[in-house]
Amino acid sequence: MPNLASPWLEKQRHLIDFTLASLGRRKTKNLGLLVAYALLVFVLASLALFTNALRTEATFVLAGSPEVILQRMVAGRHDLIPPGYLDKIGRIRGVQKKEGRLWGYYYDPVVNANYTFMARPAEEVASGTIMVGATLARARGLAAGNVISFRSYSGKLFAFKVASALSPDSELLSADLVLLSEADFRAFFEYPAGHYTDIALSVANPLEVRNIAAKLAEALPDSRPILREEVLRTYQSVFDWREGIVLTVLSGAILAFVILAWEKASGLSAEEKREIGILKAIGWETGDVIRMKLWEGLLISLTAFLLGFVGAYIHVFHFGAPIFEPVLKGWAVLYPRFTLVPAVDGLQIATLFFFTVFPYTAAVLVPIWRAAITDPDAVMR
Amino acid sequence: MLRLPRRPSTLAFLLLASLGTACLLIFALSGQSTAAQQQKLLATQALVAKLGLTDLALFTESRYTRHPTQADLHSALQDHPGAFDHFPTGSLLPPPALLTESHAESRLAVAGKTASPD
Repeated sequence: MPNLASPWLEKQRHLIDFTLASLGRRKTKNLGLLVAYALLVFVLASLALFTNALRTEATFVLAGSPEVILQRMVAGRHDLIPPGYLDKIGRIRGVQKKEGRLWGYYYDPVVNANYTFMARPAEEVASGTIMVGATLARARGLAAGNVISFRSYSGKLFAFKVASALSPDSELLSADLVLLSEADFRAFFEYPAGHYTDIALSVANPLEVRNIAAKLAEALPDSRPILREEVLRTYQSVFDWREGIVLTVLSGAILAFVILAWEKASGLSAEEKREIGILKAIGWETGDVIRMKLWEGLLISLTAFLLGFVGAYIHVFHFGAPIFEPVLKGWAVLYPRFTLVPAVDGLQIATLFFFTVFPYTAAVLVPIWRAAITDPDAVMR
Repeated sequence: MLRLPRRPSTLAFLLLASLGTACLLIFALSGQSTAAQQQKLLATQALVAKLGLTDLALFTESRYTRHPTQADLHSALQDHPGAFDHFPTGSLLPPPALLTESHAESRLAVAGKTASPD
């Protein structure tokens, strides 16, 4: 077959052939470096992919949460909304819908877990029945039709029939939910009549939300409005913070790798020096030696980056990131099971690429250039 | 019979090309969720809107980690004024935005009580 490649390309291919053969002579050392390099990229890329996917998903689904939640504060603490409080809000313009919400926490000593109890209208959940989150159903072995008893905070035992379990698709938000009728909720927690936990407000115009919150704070000085944008911002910072914590924990490993790579890339072994001397003695130009080493650095770092990144993607989106799950999700007993929708932040990955591939390739060059410009005879000795 | 290429550069090129293609595919497909994934996300968003949910059920061990956006401002010191957290998640949750904002910014923030000092 005639060789159609240009002489330049053919020369580069020969250089790569030679580089690979040279790497093959120090197989264990180079393979070890490649594995450590790829592992580091894998860990960092997994972290970036996992937190970015969680952040994206949280932002998407929480976009449906109420525009404003109004809490009442007593002595700096969240307190119940008394009767008549809702009526005061009715006069604020721009508020489309207002709804008193009833929800609270219940500690279940059977599995040592906390549940979130939430009241729903009778047409959704009949009295005497409950709907439970998929994680809770799994933890307690519940299915539709089962009966479960909870001992209330007043010591009375209440039995509920499980009407259904909530879809496992929404487990990330409904893992520990117990939905029950308003009457059951009030009886179970002995909630005073006419009182609510907080108030959810719908605002027609998103630009008006801040004004309405300011008016609410003015009209009801003991209230604390929580805006949807604050909720979204909290989740952005939660995952930024957690990513930062894991990065801090990993910083020791990152530094160890930097030292290893620098040592490998910048310090030439006697054997490598001899090799360069021989190449120069048989007629290689300084430029060729540098080009060969550049290929070596590029081949190792590029292969490690690509292997690490593809591995991280599979780890996060096909296996659910088992390595980071405990740190990023928390230590809760009720642990939602979910698969994240793949979301890749190009800038984040480009930054990772820049900080892993370029420094190594550049670090390879300096000592080679120094060795390549010296007299072959001196290098070989 | 399939013959393996003899030149190491061809092998290296094939390896890098296949890994590079995998990466490009990942980038190309990352913005496009499948119909099933889209449906799942929309169903979850609808549930959030219907029930008025405000938080992810990731850290269910205590009320201020279960609903970090709804917790009261003193939640880390909830038991008595000198008490720090006893849940590990507390050390992994960031301090409220209010505490890390400058005073000038926090005065501009809406919402009466959210803007008052802790």
